Formats: sequence, structure tokens, C-alpha cells
Amino acid sequence: MAKKFSAVELVSEYLSRIEKANPELNCFLTVSKDLAYSQAKNADKLINDYGDKVLEDKPLLGVTVAHKDLFLTKGIRTTASSRVLESYVPAYSATVVDRLEEAGCILLGKTNCDAWAHGASGENSDFGPAKNPWNKDFVPGGSSSGSAAAVSADLTLIATGTDTGGSIRQPANFCGVVGFKPTYGAVSRYGIVAMASSLDCVGHITKSVEDAERVFGVTRGEDYRDSTVKNSKLEIKNSKLKLGIPKEYFVEGIDKEVERSVLEAVKVFKKQNVEIREISLPHTKYAISVYYIIQPAEVSSNLGRYDGIRYGNDRGSFGDEAKRRIMLGTYVLSAGYYDAYYLQAQKVRTQVIEDFNKAFLEVDAIIAPVSPTPPFKLGEKADSPLEMYLADIFTVAANVAGIPGIAIPSGLTKSGLPLGFQLLGPRFSETCLFELGKLYQQSSVWK
Amino acid sequence: MSKLSDSDVKHVAKLANLPLTSEEISRFKSQLSQVLSYVEKLSEVDTEKIEPTSQTTGLENVLRQDEIRIEANLTQKESLSGTEKTHNGYFVVPAILERNKK
Repeated sequence: MAKKFSAVELVSEYLSRIEKANPELNCFLTVSKDLAYSQAKNADKLINDYGDKVLEDKPLLGVTVAHKDLFLTKGIRTTASSRVLESYVPAYSATVVDRLEEAGCILLGKTNCDAWAHGASGENSDFGPAKNPWNKDFVPGGSSSGSAAAVSADLTLIATGTDTGGSIRQPANFCGVVGFKPTYGAVSRYGIVAMASSLDCVGHITKSVEDAERVFGVTRGEDYRDSTVKNSKLEIKNSKLKLGIPKEYFVEGIDKEVERSVLEAVKVFKKQNVEIREISLPHTKYAISVYYIIQPAEVSSNLGRYDGIRYGNDRGSFGDEAKRRIMLGTYVLSAGYYDAYYLQAQKVRTQVIEDFNKAFLEVDAIIAPVSPTPPFKLGEKADSPLEMYLADIFTVAANVAGIPGIAIPSGLTKSGLPLGFQLLGPRFSETCLFELGKLYQQSSVWK
Repeated sequence: MSKLSDSDVKHVAKLANLPLTSEEISRFKSQLSQVLSYVEKLSEVDTEKIEPTSQTTGLENVLRQDEIRIEANLTQKESLSGTEKTHNGYFVVPAILERNKK
């Protein structure tokens, strides 16, 4: 590795880019300048003292990271993009924040998102929406809006996110970068503001699939503070990979440019000797309803803790979308409605999982669109919560089933907005998804 | 078509401890009714012999040693650092019981 620039120079370059771009893009809510410089100086010292050998212990030494403002960072304000936590400074950090720091990452700051991670556009942030770097009249997607926009606009090398119903994959797709959602239970959620506990996954946004894999190598694995996490052997079962195309994802209502771009990615895989098969996931059309019952139910429970007593402001400070989800969740769990809504959703959840289990007997992974449309305009869906919810229609099934997914960019629309596709695999099949993703990025003309 | 009434919305807001204005009540009433009508689609799925899923890890009864880890504990000062409303090292909470006013 030839040393071309120091970590301090790298940080100084990113900080000046942030200073210039952020007033318009609104990706960052907090910039941790002093910490970034002190971590960069430390990185330069380690490289100077130990040379490349230091990378064995610190595989991400000098890599700049921005954390979604849902990740607790000790001593640095963490808001969840909500007025409720506008001046909250945590006394401890999330496990993933600690692990990335120990691996040598340099923290640049905290990124904007939909408040409490509720949204598909970034517009539900109580601190104003982030903008899409490809065209500032369009949304960057959500909820990890600032993280995706920041990586896309070269304001950081990597950024973290959470994916409860598509909140990493969809903004990555809208911003033309790679968005990775691990298997439910592969990465610790300790210290991250909880949205819906049976669905929340902690992942990241990067420029390439290779980077996504390297970051996952650091963040994954058991944590005594989150008992849902387990270590699992990651291996590829078959030498000749089979990729399934679910016919239920190519239905009326899908944008023609989105459809075409996914089918072109399929051609790239075919050329690389990946076998393509049509498969069926018959309960696909119900996944969004399952999600919009289970998720608000769990949201209403998780947001119950914000009472303004130990930290934060009182419950009157919740924004509209958080209030809607708390109300919806409270309603579907309330006496007389529980069986019809919540229990029925849990049962259909079983059927969505069985669809995937059956499909994965036939294929190693599934290729599908991430979003039914390319990025939409700011304000376009602001008046209809239901329409905004339907933007998640292709991403939620992976969360309902607890399986991993990765969104990969594959081109642009005629008007110059990003297009892409997602790969989904069985639980703990991350290695296979990374291999397929790298194969695509090596053989496609689009990088 | 699911239709919430004003009193449904007020009842749910009370359960959720959310203060709502009358403008919010009428707006949320129509927005939430729309969402509920959409998700009611699930009633058409036959689930008679299906078990519900509450989590996807397959893990059960994850246990650990019952021992104190110093690094996982906050000091009293750290615990109280999120609020200015403290008294002698305690959190100050809104009164639930009040003395009879004479």
C-alpha cells in the first residue's frame, strides 16, 4: 500500500466538503470535528509506528464513518432526528459504534434521518429533510436519508444505518450507492434507538460491495448486551449459484425503467454463468400489510419509554409520523382488535417466511427491485401517509422474514436519477450475497 | 372500510399518553382509517392452521452469568446526566399522589 495522503489530510478534505455541501444537502445533524482530528492523528501515529501490520488489528484504520443519528455516541448529541431528543447527549455508545472505533474508524459526525427511522423519504426528520445529491428537488429515500446521501456525495467513506422495513436498501438505491441489511440477529443493536424490535437490523452504506463486506466483518458477532445476536458460520453452499426472479415483484404499478434495470442486471449475472430461475413468493402482496401492523405495534411499545423524565423532552414533542405510528400500534394491540390485526399479521408473517424457505430450496439468492419507482420529488407524498408506506412494498418482506439483503446500483433513469436492484438470501447467507454483488460490480459496466 | 370515530382516536391517544389537539384528532382519524382499511386485506388469508411468528432468530432462553460487569454500568452521575430535574441524586417525577388540600 503506497501512502499517498495522511489520515489528517483525509479528514480535513472531508470536513471541508461537508462544510461546503451540508447547508444544501442537510446530511449531517452534528459534525464531530475535534474528535475526527484527534482520531486521525492517532491513526497516522499508528501507521507511522507500526506500518501496514497495524491493519491486522485495525482493519478499518483511517476509514471515515458517519453514524445515523439513531446510534448512541458517548458525549456526542444523539437525536433520532426528533425534537424529543434534541439535546440528548448519551452516557454510553452503541456496540457497533465501539466496534468500528476499535477497528480504526474515524467518526465525522451524525447523519439526518426520518425521526425515529419512520419514513421512506427523509422528510419526517424534525430538522428538515436531507436532499438527494443527484438532484436536490428529489428525496434521498429513507429512513437512513443522510447516511445514503453523505456516501453518495463523497462526504464520508462509509455510513451506518438501520433497516426495519427497507431503511438502508431504499435510500442507498435512491442515491446510487450500496446498502447492506444483514440477517436479523447478525449484528448487535445495543445502544441504537429501537424502532420495531422483531424487525430492526443494523447495517451500513458504502460505495462498493467489497467495502460492505469488510465493514460487516467488524460489526457482526455476539454481544452479551443483545441476546438476539448469534454467531453463525458464513459459507457458500453451492459452487454454481442459482438466482431466482420472483414473478410477484414484477407486477402492474412497477415503473418501467425500474423493471428494465433489474432485468438488465439479470442479464449480467446470466453472462457470468449464474443460473436464472423464475420463482414464486405467493404472499408477497400481504407483506406490506403484515409490516404495517407488526411494526407500529412494536413502535408504540418502544416509544413508550420517552416520558421526558430521565432524558429528553415530553411526549408532546413527538412529530406527526411518530404520533400516527404510536396510535396505529396502540390501536391494533388494544382489546377487541388484537386478534383481527396483530395475531392475524403474525400468522401471515409465518406464511411469508415459508414462501422464502421454499424458494431457497431451489435458488441461492433472489434478485428483485428495491423500490417500485425511482426517487420521487420532495413533498410529492407528504400529504398521504398510506402512499408513503407503499414505497416500502418491495423491501419489507426481508425484514418480516429476518433475511439479509443488499441493494446495488445499476444505472440511471433517462432524467439522471439512480436505479438499482436488491439481492436477498436465506438467513446468514451474507457471503453468497457479497460474492454475487462483487461478481456484478466486476462484470457490469456500471460501477 | 374501517372508520375510526373521534372517540376511538381520543381513546387510543389516552392509552398511548399522547396529547392531541382537535385538529390532530380529525386529521389522524382520516389518515389512520385509510391505513387500517388497507391492512385489513390480511383478513382474506386463510390462517386457520398457521402458527404465529413473533421473532425469527430461533433462539430460546438466552442466559448469561449473573455477574456485574463494571464496564456495562453507568455511575449515578452518568445516569442522571440526561436531565436537569434532579433532587439529591434522584430523578424528579410528576406527582401521582397528592396530599389532600385542606
